[in-house]
Amino acid sequence: MNRIVVLLALLLFLPLFGLAAPFLFPGSELLASGTLSHLWNFVLGGYIASTLVLILGVGIGVFILGVGNAWIIASYEFPGKKIFEWALILPLAVPTYVMAYLFVDLLQFSGPIQSGLRSMLGMESLWFFPDPRSLSGAIWSFSFCLFPYVYLITRTAFLERSGRLIEVSETLGYSPLQGFMKLVLPMARPAIFAGMALALMEVLADFGAVSYFGVQTFATGIFKAWLSFGDRVAAVQLALGLLSFVLLIFFIEQSSRSKLRYASSSRGKTLAKLLRGKKAFFAFGFCGATLLCGFLLPAFALVQLLFKQGLTIDIRYLDWLSNSLSVSVLTAVISVVLAVFFAYSVRMNARLSWVNRLLGFGYALPGAVLAIGILSFLEIFQLAWWMSASMLVLVYAYLVRFLSSSLQSVEAGLARITPSMDASAALLGLSKGQILRRVHVPLLKRSLITAGLFVFVDVMKELPATLLLRPFNFDTLAVATYQLAADERLAELALPSLTIVLVGLFPVLLLSRVISKS
Amino acid sequence: MALPLHAQDAKELNLYSARHYQTDEALYSDFTKKTGIKINRIEADDNALAERLKSEGANSPADVILMVDAARLWRAQIDGFFKPIHSKYLESRIPANLRSKPDAEGSTWFGFSTRARLVVYNKAKVNPQDVDTYEKLAEPMNKGKVCTRSGAHPYMLSLIGAMIERRGEAATEEWAKGMVANMARPPRGGDTDQIKAVASGECGVALTNSYYLVRLLRSTKQEDQAIVAKIGFVWPNQKTTGTHINIAGGGVAKNAPHSQAAIQFLEYLASDSAQEYFANGNNEWPVVKSVKIENEGLKMLGPFKAENISVAAIGKNQIAAQRLLDRVGYK
Repeated sequence: MNRIVVLLALLLFLPLFGLAAPFLFPGSELLASGTLSHLWNFVLGGYIASTLVLILGVGIGVFILGVGNAWIIASYEFPGKKIFEWALILPLAVPTYVMAYLFVDLLQFSGPIQSGLRSMLGMESLWFFPDPRSLSGAIWSFSFCLFPYVYLITRTAFLERSGRLIEVSETLGYSPLQGFMKLVLPMARPAIFAGMALALMEVLADFGAVSYFGVQTFATGIFKAWLSFGDRVAAVQLALGLLSFVLLIFFIEQSSRSKLRYASSSRGKTLAKLLRGKKAFFAFGFCGATLLCGFLLPAFALVQLLFKQGLTIDIRYLDWLSNSLSVSVLTAVISVVLAVFFAYSVRMNARLSWVNRLLGFGYALPGAVLAIGILSFLEIFQLAWWMSASMLVLVYAYLVRFLSSSLQSVEAGLARITPSMDASAALLGLSKGQILRRVHVPLLKRSLITAGLFVFVDVMKELPATLLLRPFNFDTLAVATYQLAADERLAELALPSLTIVLVGLFPVLLLSRVISKS
Repeated sequence: MALPLHAQDAKELNLYSARHYQTDEALYSDFTKKTGIKINRIEADDNALAERLKSEGANSPADVILMVDAARLWRAQIDGFFKPIHSKYLESRIPANLRSKPDAEGSTWFGFSTRARLVVYNKAKVNPQDVDTYEKLAEPMNKGKVCTRSGAHPYMLSLIGAMIERRGEAATEEWAKGMVANMARPPRGGDTDQIKAVASGECGVALTNSYYLVRLLRSTKQEDQAIVAKIGFVWPNQKTTGTHINIAGGGVAKNAPHSQAAIQFLEYLASDSAQEYFANGNNEWPVVKSVKIENEGLKMLGPFKAENISVAAIGKNQIAAQRLLDRVGYK
C-alpha cells in the first residue's frame, strides 16, 4: 500500500525529472551557442528587475484589496454587506489573460476612455494618463484579478477573532487604526501570507497576460531562450531559476499555512459593529469600487463586445465548449479520487505526510515549464506521439499542476473528522466500511465538491500547457480565446471568454454559499 | 493505447498548422468535401509546433506542416522536419523563388501565400516622403513617432533578417538603435494595435503586416472606417530594394503516415479555388499568378515591387537578428 502511494506520487513528479533531462542527455546542437550568456549580458537583468517589481506591486495590491475588504466585511455591518461578502470572490472566475485584454482595450490611448477625455478636453494627448500596457497596468490588472485569494483566507482568520480583538483594543485605548495595526494584522499574518503566496505564484507562472501588457518577465526569458533561440537547455536553466523564486514563495506559504487554524464554529459568532453615515458610506465605497473593477466592469465589457459582434456564434463554439467541459470534468473527477486516496493514506500513516507536501509543489510549477518537462520526458522514452493520440498527456499535466488544490480541500475536510469520531462509531459497532459511508462521506461531501470544482475551474482557465500538449482537433475555450487574440480579433473572443467566466462562476457561487453560512 | 494514427488510411490527414486564421475553416472543409479526406488539426505558433515535432521525432503523426514565416520554414527544413517530394503540379504553379531549392529528391517546402510588411502613417502628422523606406524610420526626423510590435515576433525578426542580408549586421544594428531612439512608445500589442495607435495620433508611423490593414480597409464597422479615414500607407523601398515580404507555406512531414493524402492536400492549396480563398478570405496574396483577386482591399493596395531575398538567408539570420535587438534594447 505504502509503495503504491509513493509510486503514484513520484509518477506525478516526473516532469521535474524531465526538466533535468537535457543535462543528462545533451543532444542539443545549440548547447555551445552561449544563449544563456547572451541573455545574461543584455536582457536578463531587466527581466529579473521587472519580475521583482511586478511581484512587489501585485503583493501590495492584493494586500490592500484583500485585507482591506476582509477587515471591513468581517468586522462591520453596513448596507450591501450581505452581497459583498460573497460577490468579492467573483473576480476569481475571470482568467488573468482575459482581464488583460479587457483592461488594455478599455484604457489604451485609442480606447473609449482616453478618446472621450481627449475630445472633451480638446487635447492631443493626455500626458497625465498612464499607459495601460505597462508594468503598472499589469500590476493593477493582476491585483484586481487575484486579491480574492487573500480576501478568502484572511476573512476567515478575522471572523475567528475580530470582535474580541476590537474589545481588547478599546480596553487598551487604541484608535481603530492603531488596534488594526498592532493587534489584528500580526494575528492574521499567516493567513495573509498564505493568500498572497497563492496570488504571487500565479503571477510568476503567467505568460499570456504579461506578454499582452508588453512586460518582459522571467517567463519571457524562458520563452525567448526556448522558442526564439531554440535552446531547450538554456530554457530549462532559466526555468530552474524561476522555480527557485517560486520555491521561496511556496515555502513561505507552506509554513504560514501550518500556523493557520481553521475557524471553529463552536465559539459563537463575534458581533460585527454597525456602521452609520459617512463610515458606512466609506465601507460601501471601498467594497463597491473593488467589486466594480474586479468583476462588474470586465463582465460588462465582455457583454458589450458580444453585442458589438452582433451575437454571431462561431460554428466551432460548441466544440470548444464540449472539449473544455469534458477535459475539465475528467480531470476534476480523477483529481478528487486521487486526493481522497492520498489524504487517507497520510491519515493512516503519518510517516507519509511528505508525499502530500511534494504533491503540493505541482501548483508552483508554471504551465510552460511543466510543458517543457513533459515534452523532454516523453522525448527520452519516444512516447511523444501520445500527445496527439489522446487527452491522456493533457490530463496528466493538469493533474500534476492542480492536484494540490483539491488535496488541500480534502485534507482540510478530513481534519474536521477527529479520530474520536471514528472511535465512537466503532464503539457503536459500525464496520470500517460503514464508518466511511455513514460518517465520513456525509461530512466530507462538501469538501469533495469544493475540491472538484476548484480543479474544474483551474483546468477551464489553463492556457500554456494546453497550447503545447493538446491532441488533434482539441481547441478549448481558453485556446480559442488565445488564438483569436493572436489573430487580433478582440470582439470575437468575447464569447469564449464570457463562457469561461460564466462556467467559473458556479464553483465561486457555491463557495460563497459556504461563506454566507460561516 | 491503440495506434490509429499510424495506420495508412488515406481517409485521414494529420495537419500541424501555425496558421491561426478563423477564415481557414472554409479551406479545410472544402478539401474534405472534394476528397472525402478528414483533416485532424493541431494549431499552435510556429515555434511551439517545431518543439513538438522535435519531441515526437520519428513517431510523429504529422502529415503536413504549415508555417507562417519564412525563417521558420527554413529552420524546419534544416531540422529535417520535411520530406522532399516531386510534384509537377506544384512546381508548375508556384514560382521558384517561393519554394525551397529542389535537389535530386525533390523540394521540401512550398509557399502558398505571401504578405508584405508595410508602413502606415497618420495623415495629419506625417509626410509620406519621410517614411517611404524602412531606413528612414530610423532617421532623426522621425524621432518620437515610430511604433512597432515586439521585435521578438517572427514577422519582425524576418524583416530584420532580410535587412542583415542586404546591409550587413553592423549597419542593421545602427538602424535598430535609431528605431529604438525614435519610438513613440515601447513595442507592444499586435499589428492592428499599431494601426489604431497611428489613427489615434499616439504614433505617427508604424509597421504592419498587409493583411491586418486590408482587414480594416474591408471592414464595414463604423469604428474601423473611422480608423481608415485617418491613416495613409506607403509601400516602403519602392525605389530601392523593394518591400519586405513574408511567406506562409508548408510541406509533407518527414514520417508522414498518409504521405499520398499529404501531397494531395498541398496540391489542393495551390489550386485555383484555394488560392482565391487565401486572397479573399484572409487578405493574403496568392502565389499563383493566374489567380483572379476579387478582394477590394487588396486591389486598393495595388501592385508593388517586392524585395527578393532568399528564404534561406532570412532563416539563417534569425538568431543574429534576435541577438542584435537584445543588444540595442529593442524589446
